[in-house]
Amino acid sequence: MATALEDFGSPAIESPRARRQRPGQRSRTNFELYSWIFMRLSGVLLVVLVLGHLLIMNVMDGGVQRLNFGFVAGRWSSPFWQTWDLLQLWLAELHGTNGLRTVINDYAERDGTRLWLKMLLYTSAGLVLVLGTLVIFTFDPNIG
Amino acid sequence: MAGSDTPRQDDIPVDASATGDQPAGAADVPAVNSVSGDEGVGSAGPDRAVDPTAQDARTPAVTVRGTAAPSIRDVRLKIRRFLPEQDAEPHWETYTVPTEQGDRLLDAIHWVKWNIDGSLTFRRSCAHGVCGSDAMRVNGVNRLACKVLTKDLGDEVLLEPIKGLPVLKDLVVDMEPFFEAYRSVKPFLLPSPHEPTKERLQSAKDRERFDDTTKCILCAACTTSCPVYWSDDAYFGPAAIVNAHRFIFDSRDEGGEERLEILNTKEGVWRCRTTFNCTDACPRGIEVTKAIQEVKRALIFRRF
Repeated sequence: MATALEDFGSPAIESPRARRQRPGQRSRTNFELYSWIFMRLSGVLLVVLVLGHLLIMNVMDGGVQRLNFGFVAGRWSSPFWQTWDLLQLWLAELHGTNGLRTVINDYAERDGTRLWLKMLLYTSAGLVLVLGTLVIFTFDPNIG
Repeated sequence: MAGSDTPRQDDIPVDASATGDQPAGAADVPAVNSVSGDEGVGSAGPDRAVDPTAQDARTPAVTVRGTAAPSIRDVRLKIRRFLPEQDAEPHWETYTVPTEQGDRLLDAIHWVKWNIDGSLTFRRSCAHGVCGSDAMRVNGVNRLACKVLTKDLGDEVLLEPIKGLPVLKDLVVDMEPFFEAYRSVKPFLLPSPHEPTKERLQSAKDRERFDDTTKCILCAACTTSCPVYWSDDAYFGPAAIVNAHRFIFDSRDEGGEERLEILNTKEGVWRCRTTFNCTDACPRGIEVTKAIQEVKRALIFRRF
């Protein structure tokens, strides 16, 4: 059946913007729901963790001037600060990665662009997470 | 078409206030019930404004007013034109329209179509903010042309088709993607499959729960104001979610689970970034963003 448009014999209907996709096919997972909740929870936790981190490292007891290898080594000898930094690392990295994922979903229009940007994103996130975790757990205060 | 406004500008001073600056004809009629609006158009003189339809175009806006002599103000309508038969790309065209205090934007657009360029194409039906046909982008925000007064708009008004849907001609867009998203949330009552033995009663409180979202007139102002929808047209968009909300929270409806499941996708409610453009755009004053958040909350509390 010819549509009203085809009756016009109009060649330029695609301009200035044609539709690309059809609205959502159903997904059986709750991934988007969990990621949405994760963003809220990790955001709240990060406020505490990051502000605490900044306070300890930059403000208290002479601030940033007293930071040196010994100071970090001393902190990481305690499981409490190890856990704090580990949590901060994972939450911040995943929070940021998920945020960038949604930005890519929003703005990358071509499937190829989206794929490559996300590959780059996930690779860098993986590297940071693995490296950071490795350092926190294998840190040797006697290295110097 | 550009020539049609030059003589009129001579007749009508830019700051034509309610005093003696009225165009010819206004003087011999007392201020009360002045019809100088008609005269203003008639005195536009040698061009096609003498066409009788021109006076018809002015009449309704003039007669509803009564007291002071109406002051005519020229408004430049800068309209995004696109004629698929001849244009490869849309372009801007400016029309100068004399308007009065009570004129709606739709009146001004009508004036262009009826007196300057009949090829100008736009949708409108009831012209009273009920049918939802004439949503358009007015100075960058989505409005119904029949619910905006030109006196609130300044001297130059930018008019574009609503954004994010394929433009067919001038201000007319292809609404099918919008209605496709609307249909996909099953916007109809899905009652319990058992044959009811009596009327499906609902308390006033239960009705109140989804009252806000029953007001939707499907004008697409919200969906096409959403930046997420502009860049991702697979997103259901605010209007579809509003209409899902209307049934999800209806105590007589049994399809809530199904609709929530449909909206629980990457292109569903989780795509919403709460920019509130939709709430601002809604000509019915529906709290669209709040409705979307309520659907999110329903999904979360269904899960946990």
